[in-house]
Amino acid sequence: MKGWLGSLVLVLALSATSSVWAVEPDELLDDPVLEMRARELSKQLRCVVCQNQDIDSSNAGVARTMRTLLRERLIAGDTDGEIIAFFVGRYGDFVLFRPRLKPATYLLWFGPAVLFAVGIGVVLLTIRRGSIAVLDGTADPLSADEEREFEAILREDKGQRNP
Amino acid sequence: MMKKILLAIPALVAVVLGGFLFWGLNPDRDPNAIPSALISDPVPNFELPPVDGTKTPGLSAAALRSIGEPFLVNVFASWCVPCRAEHAVLTRFVEQDGIRLMGINYMDKPADAANWLDELGNPYERIGSDSEGRVGIEWGISGVPETFVIDGMGIVVYRYVGPIVTPEAQAEIRAALAAAGGQS
Repeated sequence: MKGWLGSLVLVLALSATSSVWAVEPDELLDDPVLEMRARELSKQLRCVVCQNQDIDSSNAGVARTMRTLLRERLIAGDTDGEIIAFFVGRYGDFVLFRPRLKPATYLLWFGPAVLFAVGIGVVLLTIRRGSIAVLDGTADPLSADEEREFEAILREDKGQRNP
Repeated sequence: MMKKILLAIPALVAVVLGGFLFWGLNPDRDPNAIPSALISDPVPNFELPPVDGTKTPGLSAAALRSIGEPFLVNVFASWCVPCRAEHAVLTRFVEQDGIRLMGINYMDKPADAANWLDELGNPYERIGSDSEGRVGIEWGISGVPETFVIDGMGIVVYRYVGPIVTPEAQAEIRAALAAAGGQS
């Protein structure tokens, strides 16, 4: 039991380090505040080689160059927006993990909310229609045939329970 | 009337969804392709030294803006295996078709690049040594090889990702050069 737990801890520790430490020590900035901004920004930028990794966790050469450039711009005093714009200007919106809000992405951003609202609307409408019909008596009354069938089913049901 | 509209909704949804899925089935569509942000823009500002150990001059934006006819900028590296395959095609472009070719040596050691060019031949008119890959970022490079078609005014008109080896790829490059006003 103890050995099993130990190996689990080891596996977790190893997988954590391998994903976190793509940033190499020589890249780190001395100023902890700037370094924190660098880490935050590089989590928003896509590595253009590996595509589904951010440049913060990618070991690719391009990602390293992008991280270095990003830190240089931070030191030069660029705002977060200016740095993002720097990369978007070269690679397009593709480098952003969080798609920008613009007419071409309205469907992406608002589509799910609209679908949800429509769904709620349909459900409410159905419920209201049903209950109003019952309350105000506009629901169609049973015909004579239906009434007989209903009685028959009730009798059959009783008969089964008390033979 | 209202009911008829409601009945049409499932059919409409099926057509829209079907159309979208059918578009997704297209074998020519490459979901990994990154659109270039550079097309119809002037070449980015940069200045690169020559590769040490070669006699070919270096490359800069100023040089590319005054060529006066369409030409190619090829990004290559000695460690890149597909570049080796592409090299023969590029050499043929230059020697047989008189196409002008510039090179960016990307994330490479100058000594390795010089050896590579000695071994295979050097079809490049100018080569910039981008050993750190910084200028590659300016060009929006995602890997090597990549080839850009630039017109006589220094405007980027076309980008090809990957080696220009297949007849289709060669035809695309020729078509882009022709469209930019050069020889086909």
